[in-house]
Amino acid sequence: MLERIQRLGAFGLSFCERLGVSAVLLARVIVRRPRFVKALPLLVEQLYMVGVLSLVIIVISGLFIGMVLALQGYNILDKFGATVQLGQLVALSVVRELGPVITALLFAGRAGSALTAELGLMQATEQISSMEMMAVDPLWRIVSPRFWAGLISMPLLTVIFMITAVYGGYLVGVGWLGLDPGQFWANMQSSVDLHKDIMNGVIKSGVFGFVVTWISVYQGYYAVPTSAGIARATTKTVVYSSLAILGLDFILTSFMLGGW
Amino acid sequence: MNDDIIKINGLKFFRADKVIFDGVDLNIKRGKITAIMGPSGSGKTTLLKLIGAQLYPEQGGVLFNGINIHKLSRKELYKTRRSMGLMFQSGALFTNLSVFENVAFPLREHTELPEDMIRDLVLMQLEAVGLRGARDLMPSELSGGMARRVALARTLIKDPKLMMYDEPFTGQDPITMGVLMRLIKNANDVLKLTSIIVSHDVAETASIADYIYIIANGKIVGHGEPDAVMQDNSPWVDQFVHGLPDGAMPFHYPAKNYYEDLLNA
Ligand SMILES: Nc1ncnc2c1ncn2[C@@H]1O[C@H](COP(=O)(O)OP(=O)(O)OP(=O)(O)O)[C@@H](O)[C@H]1O
Ligand SMILES: [Mg+2]
Repeated sequence: MLERIQRLGAFGLSFCERLGVSAVLLARVIVRRPRFVKALPLLVEQLYMVGVLSLVIIVISGLFIGMVLALQGYNILDKFGATVQLGQLVALSVVRELGPVITALLFAGRAGSALTAELGLMQATEQISSMEMMAVDPLWRIVSPRFWAGLISMPLLTVIFMITAVYGGYLVGVGWLGLDPGQFWANMQSSVDLHKDIMNGVIKSGVFGFVVTWISVYQGYYAVPTSAGIARATTKTVVYSSLAILGLDFILTSFMLGGW
Repeated sequence: MNDDIIKINGLKFFRADKVIFDGVDLNIKRGKITAIMGPSGSGKTTLLKLIGAQLYPEQGGVLFNGINIHKLSRKELYKTRRSMGLMFQSGALFTNLSVFENVAFPLREHTELPEDMIRDLVLMQLEAVGLRGARDLMPSELSGGMARRVALARTLIKDPKLMMYDEPFTGQDPITMGVLMRLIKNANDVLKLTSIIVSHDVAETASIADYIYIIANGKIVGHGEPDAVMQDNSPWVDQFVHGLPDGAMPFHYPAKNYYEDLLNA
């Protein structure tokens, strides 16, 4: 019994320590004198790696999710004779929930894990140490562009996801099931609010982007520098990110519905 | 100014519960080549990392130009590191950059030189290590010895005051080795650097070093000018420089009795 309490205490301490270390890492990445001329090309490169390369998976998933949503929604709405509301159903679920959450989950799997593995391998092969010995701060040169790229890419990817998902819904609803396109769009337009729905979705995705890149960068930078260590760190990135996304989504949603 | 660029006093360093250094005192003279030798696993790489403040000692300190390097703030440390170069045992090249870009990296980060000047400087460094023709290869396309030569070029290009080489000769053929020895010696004398070489090649290193330290079991077991060290007949030094299997220095990592170990299968 005593041993269990001890272990719980030890776990608590190490958890707090890790939280502290990751906060310090975050502070060092964010709080620094900006050097735009040198930083910009690095950021652009990472925006490509993190953002542009995630585009394909985001677009394809968005399309399919919109299509499935329309199909399922149509069947249910049909029972109430309300199929004209399909546009609204697709748009609201995508913009409020599915867009930010699924984009973030996909992003964690596609870009977050890649970030962790890359940083972990750089640590294992002493690339980060050698950079330190060259008096180049790896937090500035390596971590910071990746962090900002993740933070910037996520909301953009989310918006792209939303657009393709709505388009997927349109394809199925109008193109296949034969709804009237005018009604589809009109109903959607009258029910989706720019501030309440779209902005809230984008805010969510910004928060998710922040958390996912923070987790990925921390796990990679402090990975145990062995193959097994990197494998474990990559797994942790995906698991922790997913849990954080879903948990935060609940919290944010409850705030937003509370009239925030 | 004092003519020791580095002074190490009573350095103690542990790893988990293993004692790596147990009170090491060592001075590196400015402008000279100092060799550090010792059996594999005796902590030579660790010593270089302590000097570069990548590791922090449990006790004792490293004075670099009279300043305790482990007491510096992060910012001051990075400033101080600009005058140091460490060539890693593994080379530690940036795998996403070509050979050319690897060597150009320190210049791009620390200077505002125009592109054509960077190009000239990089090609000169690569020529010196015999790899000008390999400039467009990626690190994954290099052999171990070549990678280490690129690392050497990359470390030398930023003109450090103190150069630390971690086993620069390992994996080099005799011809390359001769070239590298001359390169290190020239860099030291012409550019007025101070060099620390970690190496297992006793005869070769002794031929260019001005002073030699031998570490074993967490202590300095012998030091002196090369001739004196080669003649030294203290059991540790004698065994090491002549490569004798039996003697004061154990060849084996600490272990229990060999026969018992085998029988207990
Ligand atoms: N990251 C680490 N964690 C724990 N122990 C380590 C670590 N790195 C090195 N050691 C231990 O520290 C000791 C010294 O290692 P070091 O790399 O400094 O040896 P070395 O003298 O450079 O050996 P070699 O000539 O083989 O390169 C070794 O016994 C090793 O087991
Ligand atoms: Mg070593």
